[in-house]
Amino acid sequence: MKAQHQCGRQTWKFLHDIRIQGSAVAVGPLEGEGPLAAEFDHIHPDMYAGQASWEKAERYMMYQAVQTAIKKSNLLESEIDIVLAGDLLNQTISSNFTASQLNIPLIGMFGACSTSMETLSVGAALIDAGYASYIIATCSSHNCTAEKQFRYPTEYGGQKPEYAQWTVTGAGAAVVGRGGAGPRITHATIGKVVDMGIKDPFDMGSAMAPAAVDTLSTHFRDTDRMPSDYDLIVTGDLGKVGYAILKDEMKDLAFEMTPVYNDCGLMIYSPDQQVFSGGSGCASSAVVTYSYIMNRLREGSIKRALVCATGALFSPVSYQQGESIPCIAHAVALEAVEEV
Amino acid sequence: MGQVAIAFLVGGVICVIGQALLDFAKFTPAHVMSILVASGAILDGLGLYDPLIEFAGAGATVPITSFGHALYHGAWQEAEQNGVIGLIAGIFEVPSAGISAAIVFSFFASLIFKPRG
Amino acid sequence: MASSVKTRNQERLAKAQKAYNERAAKYKPKPPYLKNMTKAFLVGGAICAFGQIISDFYIGFFNFTKETAGDSTVATLIFISILLTGLGIYDKLGQFAGAGSAVPVTGFANSMSSAAIEHRAEGLVLGVGGNMFKLAGGVIVYGVVAALIVSLLKWLIIKV
Repeated sequence: MKAQHQCGRQTWKFLHDIRIQGSAVAVGPLEGEGPLAAEFDHIHPDMYAGQASWEKAERYMMYQAVQTAIKKSNLLESEIDIVLAGDLLNQTISSNFTASQLNIPLIGMFGACSTSMETLSVGAALIDAGYASYIIATCSSHNCTAEKQFRYPTEYGGQKPEYAQWTVTGAGAAVVGRGGAGPRITHATIGKVVDMGIKDPFDMGSAMAPAAVDTLSTHFRDTDRMPSDYDLIVTGDLGKVGYAILKDEMKDLAFEMTPVYNDCGLMIYSPDQQVFSGGSGCASSAVVTYSYIMNRLREGSIKRALVCATGALFSPVSYQQGESIPCIAHAVALEAVEEV
Repeated sequence: MGQVAIAFLVGGVICVIGQALLDFAKFTPAHVMSILVASGAILDGLGLYDPLIEFAGAGATVPITSFGHALYHGAWQEAEQNGVIGLIAGIFEVPSAGISAAIVFSFFASLIFKPRG
Repeated sequence: MASSVKTRNQERLAKAQKAYNERAAKYKPKPPYLKNMTKAFLVGGAICAFGQIISDFYIGFFNFTKETAGDSTVATLIFISILLTGLGIYDKLGQFAGAGSAVPVTGFANSMSSAAIEHRAEGLVLGVGGNMFKLAGGVIVYGVVAALIVSLLKWLIIKV
């Protein structure tokens, strides 16, 4: 029994003219030296962003991204009805403190590195259903806070394998509302948790790829579209290893991804930057989507994009206890449409 | 000079064993260190580590295996003097300099340095 | 009835997981075994050789006994590695050398000081004090446990 906005069990079709009103991004120094540097609103010259700790730096970047996105939307903070926010840290602490600085009701969400599209899709749904006029969706990650929480102290001399990934330092925010000339959010596919038994916390690409395969193939089936219907399809942070796995697994399902497929974790850094297998973290998909992809959609050089953010839903305790890594992926379809 | 070269070789070999445990057996660094330190204690108990130190000098005293050897040595020495309870009482006696130095210097480092990421 | 359906589903999932793990393993780049072992050998050997030079220096110059020189050498190496950790150099050395910098006692010192420095933000007692042995704890615990078991066994065999 399909509900009004459903096309398939997992895919939402937005019936109103839901658009990005403005988006903004703040990043750290490594990202600011990458190929997309010109697209970013704020680049910090060091990992502390002028703050006293890594944790304070992360929430400062999130706050910056939110404020700039609101400004670029030509709105006031008081006009935004809800902030949907998430990050990688325990209790999504960066989001909590950022929201405490805003005078906007908070819905905190955790999707690990899939949080960007998780918050964007739920935010769009709230507007489509008439529960909010404007929302802001935001997420952040920071290389040092993530290493400190999930892996090793940052000055530790442990040797990371080649297939490990580099948590992106940054935050992205997007204001969503009805009407305007911005990119339109047409569909969202909410992912199921997929756990294919990968246990190595340094091998997240392999762990997350099956979740992305599941969500993307479900999206295509629900919307009756093929990869070629999009100008660009990106995953959030599968990195070199996950990217290769996804391409082949999708091909086995008769979805040819190659001409349009890229991964945000590969786009954000140049090949000569020492980032192992590519970027990861909430900011990986957020930072690339809310700058580069939004700009190309506004220009019209990309007409239709599908952003599939991928998350590894593990904790520092779970992998120490020998558990595998359950993953999830959420996809949002964006379209460049003339103002209505 | 000869002793320096032997130290280089033996120390290098012990590190290669550690690297093999990391790359082939896929242990984490913390696991590898725990295995090596326990091995040092066991080898010393079997009477094999002291001759290695005689031969290789720093090549055997600098790797973490030597820490296990020192722990065993401390326990055994104390037990020879004071009976079986000496085993527990003497453990930290020999490696005390290393442990104390690591604690004190780490503490001061935390006061002086900020992590750089 | 329901439980056997559940078991069958679990079996199917376990099979699919095993198959995926095998497929995915092919995409994972293997560590450069020879390169890593060579780097570990060279850096680890160099640190030990440096330790020998320091030890000889203490004996020759300051007339230390072999024991005092040993303690002083270890303390000197620990000091240097903690300095390098604080300056942000040791982690880069570690990525390059792997076991070559982790296995010598310098690695032990780095594990303690890096944790202490990282957790200063959480205060001196719970942060620095509570986390200092986060990574090094295993070394101490298993060194002590192994030493005690071995010495106890030897004691029982020889003295009893």
